[in-house]
Amino acid sequence: MRHVDEFRSSSTCLRLLKQIRETASVPWVLMDVCGGQTHGLVKSGIEQTLAGVVELIHGPGCPVCVTPAEAIDFAIQLVTEENVLLATFGDMVRVPGSRQSLMQARSMGADVRVIYSPIDAVTLAQQHPDRQVVLFAVGFETTAPATALAVLQASEQRLGNFSLLVSHVRVQPAMEAILQMPDCRVQAFLAAGHVATVTGFHELGSLSDRYHVPVVVTGFEPVDLLMGILDCVEQLEAGSCRVSNQYGRHVQQRGNRAAQAIVERVYQVATTPWRGFGQIVEGGLRLREPFASFDACNRFQSLAETAERDPDVCRAADVMAGRIKPKQCPEFGITCTPDAPRGAPMVSSEGACAAYYRFQNRPPQ
Amino acid sequence: MCLGVPGQVIEWLQRDPTFGLAVVEFAGVRRQIHMACVPEAGVGDYVVVHAGIAICHVDEAEAARTLAEFARLEQLHTDADSSLQSDSESDGLTS
Repeated sequence: MRHVDEFRSSSTCLRLLKQIRETASVPWVLMDVCGGQTHGLVKSGIEQTLAGVVELIHGPGCPVCVTPAEAIDFAIQLVTEENVLLATFGDMVRVPGSRQSLMQARSMGADVRVIYSPIDAVTLAQQHPDRQVVLFAVGFETTAPATALAVLQASEQRLGNFSLLVSHVRVQPAMEAILQMPDCRVQAFLAAGHVATVTGFHELGSLSDRYHVPVVVTGFEPVDLLMGILDCVEQLEAGSCRVSNQYGRHVQQRGNRAAQAIVERVYQVATTPWRGFGQIVEGGLRLREPFASFDACNRFQSLAETAERDPDVCRAADVMAGRIKPKQCPEFGITCTPDAPRGAPMVSSEGACAAYYRFQNRPPQ
Repeated sequence: MCLGVPGQVIEWLQRDPTFGLAVVEFAGVRRQIHMACVPEAGVGDYVVVHAGIAICHVDEAEAARTLAEFARLEQLHTDADSSLQSDSESDGLTS
Protein backbone atom coordinates (compact mmCIF):
# COMPACT_ATOMS: atom_id res chain seq x y z
CA MET A 1 0.00 0.00 0.00
CA ARG A 2 1.44 3.36 -1.05
CA HIS A 3 2.57 5.67 1.78
CA VAL A 4 2.66 2.64 4.12
CA ASP A 5 4.96 -0.05 2.71
CA GLU A 6 7.84 2.36 2.10
CA PHE A 7 7.88 3.09 5.82
CA ARG A 8 8.32 -0.56 6.78
CA SER A 9 11.73 -1.03 5.13
CA SER A 10 13.79 -3.36 7.32
CA SER A 11 17.11 -1.95 6.12
CA THR A 12 16.03 1.59 7.07
CA CYS A 13 14.83 0.27 10.45
CA LEU A 14 18.21 -1.36 11.08
CA ARG A 15 20.03 1.88 10.26
CA LEU A 16 17.79 3.85 12.59
CA LEU A 17 18.14 1.31 15.42
CA LYS A 18 21.91 1.50 15.08
CA GLN A 19 21.79 5.28 15.14
CA ILE A 20 19.57 5.28 18.25
CA ARG A 21 21.94 2.90 20.04
CA GLU A 22 24.92 5.04 19.13
CA THR A 23 23.22 8.25 20.23
CA ALA A 24 21.59 7.28 23.55
CA SER A 25 24.02 7.54 26.47
CA VAL A 26 21.37 6.74 29.10
CA PRO A 27 18.01 4.95 28.85
CA TRP A 28 15.80 7.99 28.31
CA VAL A 29 12.11 7.55 29.14
CA LEU A 30 9.82 8.30 26.19
CA MET A 31 6.04 8.18 26.35
CA ASP A 32 3.65 7.65 23.45
CA VAL A 33 0.06 8.82 23.84
CA CYS A 34 -1.59 6.88 21.06
CA GLY A 35 -2.78 3.28 21.20
CA GLY A 36 -1.90 2.76 17.55
CA GLN A 37 1.69 3.71 18.30
CA THR A 38 1.76 1.53 21.43
CA HIS A 39 0.73 -1.42 19.28
CA GLY A 40 3.19 -0.49 16.54
CA LEU A 41 6.07 -0.35 19.04
CA VAL A 42 5.22 -3.69 20.64
CA LYS A 43 4.14 -5.55 17.48
CA SER A 44 7.23 -4.59 15.47
CA GLY A 45 9.53 -5.62 18.32
CA ILE A 46 10.95 -2.09 18.69
CA GLU A 47 10.01 -1.98 22.37
CA GLN A 48 11.96 -5.19 23.13
CA THR A 49 14.82 -4.48 20.73
CA LEU A 50 15.52 -1.13 22.37
CA ALA A 51 15.18 -2.44 25.95
CA GLY A 52 18.01 -0.90 27.98
CA VAL A 53 18.66 1.71 25.27
CA VAL A 54 15.49 3.75 25.70
CA GLU A 55 12.51 3.01 27.90
CA LEU A 56 9.21 3.24 26.06
CA ILE A 57 6.19 3.82 28.27
CA HIS A 58 2.63 4.21 27.13
CA GLY A 59 0.27 6.98 28.14
CA PRO A 60 -3.50 7.29 27.97
CA GLY A 61 -3.54 6.70 24.22
CA CYS A 62 -6.76 4.76 24.03
CA PRO A 63 -9.94 6.85 24.21
CA VAL A 64 -12.03 3.78 24.94
CA CYS A 65 -9.81 3.08 27.97
CA VAL A 66 -10.36 6.52 29.50
CA THR A 67 -14.13 6.61 28.93
CA PRO A 68 -15.59 6.79 32.45
CA ALA A 69 -17.49 3.76 33.73
CA GLU A 70 -20.50 6.00 34.38
CA ALA A 71 -20.74 6.85 30.66
CA ILE A 72 -20.86 3.11 29.88
CA ASP A 73 -23.41 2.59 32.67
CA PHE A 74 -25.54 5.35 31.18
CA ALA A 75 -25.28 3.75 27.72
CA ILE A 76 -26.39 0.43 29.22
CA GLN A 77 -29.33 2.15 30.90
CA LEU A 78 -30.33 3.64 27.55
CA VAL A 79 -30.41 0.29 25.80
CA THR A 80 -31.99 -1.69 28.64
CA GLU A 81 -34.51 0.82 30.05
CA GLU A 82 -35.32 3.12 27.12
CA ASN A 83 -35.21 0.60 24.25
CA VAL A 84 -32.71 2.80 22.48
CA LEU A 85 -30.76 1.59 19.44
CA LEU A 86 -27.17 2.34 20.45
CA ALA A 87 -24.42 2.58 17.84
CA THR A 88 -20.73 2.66 18.70
CA PHE A 89 -17.28 1.37 17.77
CA GLY A 90 -16.38 -2.30 18.27
CA ASP A 91 -13.89 -1.60 21.05
CA MET A 92 -16.44 0.23 23.13
CA VAL A 93 -18.91 -2.62 23.45
CA ARG A 94 -16.47 -4.84 25.34
CA VAL A 95 -15.29 -2.34 27.96
CA PRO A 96 -16.70 -3.12 31.40
CA GLY A 97 -18.86 -0.49 33.09
CA SER A 98 -19.54 -0.70 36.82
CA ARG A 99 -21.53 -3.90 36.48
CA GLN A 100 -21.37 -5.10 32.88
CA SER A 101 -20.33 -4.21 29.33
CA LEU A 102 -22.52 -3.24 26.39
CA MET A 103 -21.74 -6.63 24.89
CA GLN A 104 -23.16 -8.37 27.93
CA ALA A 105 -26.23 -6.13 27.71
CA ARG A 106 -26.55 -7.08 24.03
CA SER A 107 -26.35 -10.77 24.88
CA MET A 108 -29.45 -10.19 27.02
CA GLY A 109 -31.37 -8.63 24.14
CA ALA A 110 -30.33 -4.97 24.08
CA ASP A 111 -29.97 -3.39 20.63
CA VAL A 112 -26.27 -2.44 20.40
CA ARG A 113 -24.84 -2.00 16.88
CA VAL A 114 -21.17 -1.90 16.00
CA ILE A 115 -20.43 0.73 13.38
CA TYR A 116 -17.39 1.54 11.25
CA SER A 117 -18.19 5.23 10.82
CA PRO A 118 -20.22 7.65 12.95
CA ILE A 119 -22.07 8.52 9.73
CA ASP A 120 -23.45 4.95 9.78
CA ALA A 121 -25.36 5.93 12.94
CA VAL A 122 -27.11 8.70 10.98
CA THR A 123 -28.07 6.11 8.35
CA LEU A 124 -29.46 3.85 11.11
CA ALA A 125 -31.61 6.76 12.36
CA GLN A 126 -32.97 7.26 8.83
CA GLN A 127 -33.69 3.54 8.50
CA HIS A 128 -35.45 3.31 11.90
CA PRO A 129 -37.65 6.42 12.18
CA ASP A 130 -39.68 4.75 14.95
CA ARG A 131 -36.62 4.21 17.17
CA GLN A 132 -34.36 6.55 19.15
CA VAL A 133 -30.82 6.07 17.82
CA VAL A 134 -27.92 7.12 20.08
CA LEU A 135 -24.35 7.39 18.86
CA PHE A 136 -21.91 6.68 21.70
CA ALA A 137 -19.30 9.15 20.43
CA VAL A 138 -15.83 8.36 21.77
CA GLY A 139 -12.41 9.21 20.45
CA PHE A 140 -9.61 11.73 20.33
CA GLU A 141 -9.39 14.77 18.05
CA THR A 142 -8.90 12.37 15.15
CA THR A 143 -12.45 11.07 15.50
CA ALA A 144 -14.18 14.30 16.51
CA PRO A 145 -14.57 15.54 12.89
CA ALA A 146 -16.46 12.35 12.01
CA THR A 147 -18.93 12.59 14.91
CA ALA A 148 -19.30 16.35 14.37
CA LEU A 149 -20.07 15.68 10.71
CA ALA A 150 -22.70 13.12 11.79
CA VAL A 151 -24.36 15.86 13.88
CA LEU A 152 -24.30 18.33 10.96
CA GLN A 153 -25.79 15.73 8.60
CA ALA A 154 -28.51 14.79 11.12
CA SER A 155 -29.22 18.48 11.75
CA GLU A 156 -29.56 19.32 8.05
CA GLN A 157 -31.85 16.31 7.61
CA ARG A 158 -33.84 17.34 10.70
CA LEU A 159 -33.58 13.87 12.22
CA GLY A 160 -35.52 13.96 15.49
CA ASN A 161 -34.59 10.42 16.52
CA PHE A 162 -30.80 10.86 16.56
CA SER A 163 -28.66 11.92 19.52
CA LEU A 164 -25.15 11.52 20.90
CA LEU A 165 -23.66 10.34 24.14
CA VAL A 166 -20.47 12.41 23.87
CA SER A 167 -17.32 11.14 25.55
CA HIS A 168 -14.71 12.80 23.34
CA VAL A 169 -11.29 13.46 24.84
CA ARG A 170 -8.38 15.75 23.94
CA VAL A 171 -4.79 14.56 24.06
CA GLN A 172 -2.83 17.68 24.92
CA PRO A 173 -4.53 18.38 28.29
CA ALA A 174 -3.86 14.74 29.22
CA MET A 175 -0.18 15.13 28.33
CA GLU A 176 -0.10 18.17 30.58
CA ALA A 177 -1.85 16.29 33.40
CA ILE A 178 0.79 13.57 33.19
CA LEU A 179 3.63 16.11 33.30
CA GLN A 180 2.10 17.63 36.43
CA MET A 181 2.01 14.31 38.32
CA PRO A 182 4.59 14.32 41.13
CA ASP A 183 5.97 10.92 40.10
CA CYS A 184 6.11 11.73 36.37
CA ARG A 185 9.01 9.94 34.63
CA VAL A 186 8.39 11.22 31.11
CA GLN A 187 11.43 12.86 29.52
CA ALA A 188 10.03 13.20 25.99
CA PHE A 189 6.78 12.59 24.15
CA LEU A 190 6.06 10.85 20.90
CA ALA A 191 3.00 12.89 19.90
CA ALA A 192 0.05 11.17 18.25
CA GLY A 193 0.34 11.50 14.47
CA HIS A 194 -3.29 11.21 13.46
CA VAL A 195 -4.49 13.58 16.16
CA ALA A 196 -2.01 16.08 14.72
CA THR A 197 -3.36 15.64 11.16
CA VAL A 198 -6.46 17.41 12.49
CA THR A 199 -5.09 19.73 15.20
CA GLY A 200 -1.62 20.48 13.84
CA PHE A 201 1.22 20.83 16.33
CA HIS A 202 1.60 24.57 16.81
CA GLU A 203 -0.03 24.42 20.26
CA LEU A 204 2.38 21.72 21.49
CA GLY A 205 5.17 24.33 21.47
CA SER A 206 4.11 25.94 24.72
CA LEU A 207 3.85 22.51 26.41
CA SER A 208 7.37 21.67 25.29
CA ASP A 209 8.69 25.04 26.53
CA ARG A 210 6.88 25.08 29.87
CA TYR A 211 7.88 21.55 30.89
CA HIS A 212 11.16 21.42 28.99
CA VAL A 213 10.31 18.19 27.17
CA PRO A 214 10.95 17.34 23.53
CA VAL A 215 7.70 16.56 21.71
CA VAL A 216 7.98 14.74 18.38
CA VAL A 217 4.96 14.19 16.14
CA THR A 218 5.31 10.60 14.96
CA GLY A 219 3.57 8.22 12.58
CA PHE A 220 2.68 4.57 12.97
CA GLU A 221 4.93 2.48 10.74
CA PRO A 222 8.21 1.11 12.16
CA VAL A 223 10.33 3.67 10.28
CA ASP A 224 8.07 6.51 11.47
CA LEU A 225 8.29 5.30 15.08
CA LEU A 226 12.08 4.94 14.96
CA MET A 227 12.46 8.40 13.39
CA GLY A 228 10.40 9.79 16.29
CA ILE A 229 12.48 7.95 18.89
CA LEU A 230 15.75 9.09 17.29
CA ASP A 231 14.59 12.71 17.20
CA CYS A 232 13.63 12.56 20.93
CA VAL A 233 16.97 10.97 21.85
CA GLU A 234 18.98 13.50 19.83
CA GLN A 235 17.16 16.38 21.53
CA LEU A 236 17.62 14.88 24.99
CA GLU A 237 21.31 14.23 24.43
CA ALA A 238 21.76 17.83 23.23
CA GLY A 239 19.81 19.18 26.22
CA SER A 240 17.34 20.88 23.90
CA CYS A 241 13.58 20.70 23.71
CA ARG A 242 11.30 21.65 20.87
CA VAL A 243 8.36 20.36 18.91
CA SER A 244 9.32 18.62 15.73
CA ASN A 245 7.39 16.76 13.06
CA GLN A 246 8.50 13.34 11.82
CA TYR A 247 5.16 12.71 10.09
CA GLY A 248 5.38 15.47 7.52
CA ARG A 249 3.61 13.56 4.77
CA HIS A 250 0.36 13.72 6.75
CA VAL A 251 0.75 16.50 9.31
CA GLN A 252 0.86 20.24 8.66
CA GLN A 253 1.86 22.67 11.39
CA ARG A 254 -1.63 24.20 11.54
CA GLY A 255 -3.44 20.91 10.93
CA ASN A 256 -6.55 20.56 8.81
CA ARG A 257 -8.51 23.85 8.96
CA ALA A 258 -11.64 22.39 7.32
CA ALA A 259 -11.79 19.60 9.92
CA GLN A 260 -11.17 22.07 12.75
CA ALA A 261 -14.01 24.29 11.49
CA ILE A 262 -16.46 21.37 11.52
CA VAL A 263 -15.44 20.36 15.06
CA GLU A 264 -15.59 23.94 16.35
CA ARG A 265 -19.03 24.48 14.89
CA VAL A 266 -20.47 21.48 16.75
CA TYR A 267 -18.39 21.13 19.91
CA GLN A 268 -16.87 23.29 22.59
CA VAL A 269 -13.97 22.41 24.87
CA ALA A 270 -15.04 21.17 28.29
CA THR A 271 -13.51 19.87 31.50
CA THR A 272 -14.33 16.17 31.57
CA PRO A 273 -13.70 13.07 33.69
CA TRP A 274 -11.14 10.55 32.43
CA ARG A 275 -11.26 7.03 33.75
CA GLY A 276 -8.29 6.61 36.08
CA PHE A 277 -7.36 10.31 35.97
CA GLY A 278 -10.34 12.17 37.40
CA GLN A 279 -11.36 15.54 35.95
CA ILE A 280 -9.01 16.89 33.29
CA VAL A 281 -9.25 20.62 32.64
CA GLU A 282 -10.27 21.18 29.01
CA GLY A 283 -9.82 17.42 28.59
CA GLY A 284 -12.87 16.83 26.43
CA LEU A 285 -15.63 18.16 24.22
CA ARG A 286 -19.33 18.81 24.59
CA LEU A 287 -22.02 19.84 22.15
CA ARG A 288 -22.55 23.56 21.62
CA GLU A 289 -25.87 25.13 22.55
CA PRO A 290 -27.39 25.12 19.00
CA PHE A 291 -26.92 21.33 18.97
CA ALA A 292 -28.03 20.72 22.58
CA SER A 293 -31.10 18.87 21.31
CA PHE A 294 -28.74 16.19 19.97
CA ASP A 295 -27.31 15.56 23.44
CA ALA A 296 -28.55 12.21 24.81
CA CYS A 297 -27.96 13.55 28.34
CA ASN A 298 -30.65 16.19 27.67
CA ARG A 299 -32.98 13.83 25.86
CA PHE A 300 -32.81 11.15 28.56
CA GLN A 301 -32.11 13.44 31.48
CA SER A 302 -33.69 11.44 34.26
CA LEU A 303 -31.38 8.56 33.50
CA ALA A 304 -28.24 10.70 33.34
CA GLU A 305 -28.78 11.85 36.91
CA THR A 306 -29.27 8.36 38.30
CA ALA A 307 -26.27 6.69 36.64
CA GLU A 308 -24.34 4.68 39.24
CA ARG A 309 -20.77 5.39 40.15
CA ASP A 310 -18.64 2.54 41.43
CA PRO A 311 -14.88 2.59 42.03
CA ASP A 312 -12.54 1.00 39.50
CA VAL A 313 -10.73 -2.16 40.49
CA CYS A 314 -8.12 -2.39 37.73
CA ARG A 315 -4.71 -0.63 37.72
CA ALA A 316 -5.38 1.08 34.42
CA ALA A 317 -4.60 4.46 35.94
CA ASP A 318 -1.05 3.36 36.83
CA VAL A 319 -0.55 1.84 33.39
CA MET A 320 -1.86 4.90 31.55
CA ALA A 321 0.22 7.31 33.64
CA GLY A 322 3.32 5.25 32.85
CA ARG A 323 3.90 4.33 36.52
CA ILE A 324 3.86 0.61 35.74
CA LYS A 325 4.13 -1.37 32.53
CA PRO A 326 1.24 -3.75 31.79
CA LYS A 327 3.20 -6.86 32.76
CA GLN A 328 3.98 -5.41 36.19
CA CYS A 329 0.30 -5.60 37.11
CA PRO A 330 -0.21 -8.71 39.30
CA GLU A 331 -3.44 -9.54 37.44
CA PHE A 332 -1.87 -9.40 33.94
CA GLY A 333 -2.39 -12.62 32.05
CA ILE A 334 -3.63 -14.39 35.18
CA THR A 335 -7.02 -13.05 36.21
CA CYS A 336 -7.07 -10.43 33.44
CA THR A 337 -6.98 -11.50 29.78
CA PRO A 338 -8.65 -10.16 26.63
CA ASP A 339 -11.34 -12.84 26.99
CA ALA A 340 -12.00 -11.99 30.63
CA PRO A 341 -10.75 -8.41 31.07
CA ARG A 342 -10.75 -6.62 34.41
CA GLY A 343 -10.24 -3.24 32.81
CA ALA A 344 -10.39 -1.30 29.59
CA PRO A 345 -6.70 -1.45 28.53
CA MET A 346 -6.96 -5.25 28.26
CA VAL A 347 -10.16 -5.02 26.20
CA SER A 348 -9.55 -2.45 23.56
CA SER A 349 -7.61 -3.50 20.48
CA GLU A 350 -5.46 -0.45 21.21
CA GLY A 351 -5.14 -0.78 24.96
CA ALA A 352 -1.57 -1.12 26.25
CA CYS A 353 -2.33 -4.32 28.21
CA ALA A 354 -3.90 -5.96 25.15
CA ALA A 355 -0.81 -5.08 23.08
CA TYR A 356 1.55 -6.72 25.57
CA TYR A 357 -0.75 -9.72 25.97
CA ARG A 358 -0.99 -10.24 22.24
CA PHE A 359 2.61 -9.63 21.23
CA GLN A 360 4.61 -10.47 24.35
CA ASN A 361 2.35 -13.14 25.73
CA ARG A 362 4.09 -14.14 28.92
CA PRO A 363 2.82 -13.43 32.43
CA PRO A 364 5.41 -12.02 34.85
CA GLN A 365 7.83 -14.67 36.15
CA MET B 1 -8.85 3.87 17.56
CA CYS B 2 -7.04 6.59 15.63
CA LEU B 3 -6.28 4.25 12.77
CA GLY B 4 -5.80 6.16 9.53
CA VAL B 5 -5.35 4.54 6.15
CA PRO B 6 -4.07 6.34 3.06
CA GLY B 7 -6.14 5.85 -0.08
CA GLN B 8 -6.35 7.38 -3.53
CA VAL B 9 -9.32 9.47 -4.63
CA ILE B 10 -10.83 7.77 -7.71
CA GLU B 11 -13.99 9.76 -8.33
CA TRP B 12 -16.03 12.49 -6.69
CA LEU B 13 -19.68 11.39 -6.33
CA GLN B 14 -21.07 14.49 -4.68
CA ARG B 15 -19.68 17.97 -3.95
CA ASP B 16 -21.26 19.44 -0.83
CA PRO B 17 -19.89 21.09 2.35
CA THR B 18 -21.63 18.52 4.58
CA PHE B 19 -22.48 15.60 2.33
CA GLY B 20 -19.40 15.53 0.06
CA LEU B 21 -18.68 11.97 -1.03
CA ALA B 22 -15.99 10.30 -3.15
CA VAL B 23 -14.82 6.82 -4.11
CA VAL B 24 -11.44 6.14 -2.51
CA GLU B 25 -9.28 3.10 -3.27
CA PHE B 26 -7.17 1.27 -0.67
CA ALA B 27 -4.83 -1.37 -2.15
CA GLY B 28 -7.48 -2.30 -4.73
CA VAL B 29 -10.51 -2.03 -2.40
CA ARG B 30 -12.89 0.81 -3.20
CA ARG B 31 -15.12 2.52 -0.62
CA GLN B 32 -17.34 5.56 -0.47
CA ILE B 33 -15.72 8.12 1.82
CA HIS B 34 -17.05 11.37 3.27
CA MET B 35 -14.94 14.29 2.06
CA ALA B 36 -16.17 17.29 4.10
CA CYS B 37 -12.71 17.78 5.68
CA VAL B 38 -10.75 17.62 2.40
CA PRO B 39 -12.88 19.61 -0.07
CA GLU B 40 -9.75 20.54 -2.05
CA ALA B 41 -8.70 16.92 -2.79
CA GLY B 42 -8.58 16.11 -6.48
CA VAL B 43 -8.93 12.84 -8.37
CA GLY B 44 -5.62 10.95 -8.07
CA ASP B 45 -4.68 12.60 -4.76
CA TYR B 46 -4.09 10.56 -1.63
CA VAL B 47 -6.07 11.21 1.54
CA VAL B 48 -5.89 9.62 5.00
CA VAL B 49 -9.19 8.02 6.00
CA HIS B 50 -10.35 7.47 9.56
CA ALA B 51 -13.79 6.13 10.57
CA GLY B 52 -15.26 6.62 7.12
CA ILE B 53 -14.15 10.20 6.58
CA ALA B 54 -11.03 11.66 5.02
CA ILE B 55 -9.17 13.62 7.72
CA CYS B 56 -6.24 15.00 5.73
CA HIS B 57 -4.54 15.31 2.40
CA VAL B 58 -1.26 13.42 1.89
CA ASP B 59 1.62 15.74 1.06
CA GLU B 60 3.23 13.83 -1.83
CA ALA B 61 6.25 16.14 -2.07
CA GLU B 62 6.98 15.71 1.63
CA ALA B 63 6.62 11.89 1.39
CA ALA B 64 9.04 11.85 -1.56
CA ARG B 65 11.47 14.13 0.28
CA THR B 66 11.49 11.83 3.35
CA LEU B 67 12.08 8.73 1.23
CA ALA B 68 14.88 10.44 -0.71
CA GLU B 69 16.49 11.37 2.60
CA PHE B 70 16.33 7.71 3.74
CA ALA B 71 17.86 6.58 0.46
CA ARG B 72 20.66 9.12 0.82
CA LEU B 73 21.43 8.02 4.41
CA GLU B 74 21.29 4.39 3.40
CA GLN B 75 23.79 5.00 0.61
CA LEU B 76 26.09 6.88 2.98
CA HIS B 77 26.00 4.05 5.52
CA THR B 78 26.43 1.36 2.88
CA ASP B 79 29.52 3.12 1.59
CA ALA B 80 30.89 3.53 5.12
CA ASP B 81 30.10 -0.10 5.97
CA SER B 82 31.75 -1.59 2.92
CA SER B 83 34.96 0.23 3.73
CA LEU B 84 34.88 -0.56 7.45
CA GLN B 85 33.58 -4.17 7.23
CA SER B 86 30.84 -3.24 9.67
CA ASP B 87 29.18 -5.84 11.88
CA SER B 88 25.78 -4.34 11.23
CA GLU B 89 24.30 -7.80 10.57
CA SER B 90 24.27 -8.37 14.31
CA ASP B 91 21.82 -5.49 14.78
CA GLY B 92 18.23 -6.21 14.29
CA LEU B 93 14.63 -6.49 15.26
CA THR B 94 14.16 -9.55 17.39
CA SER B 95 10.58 -10.46 16.63
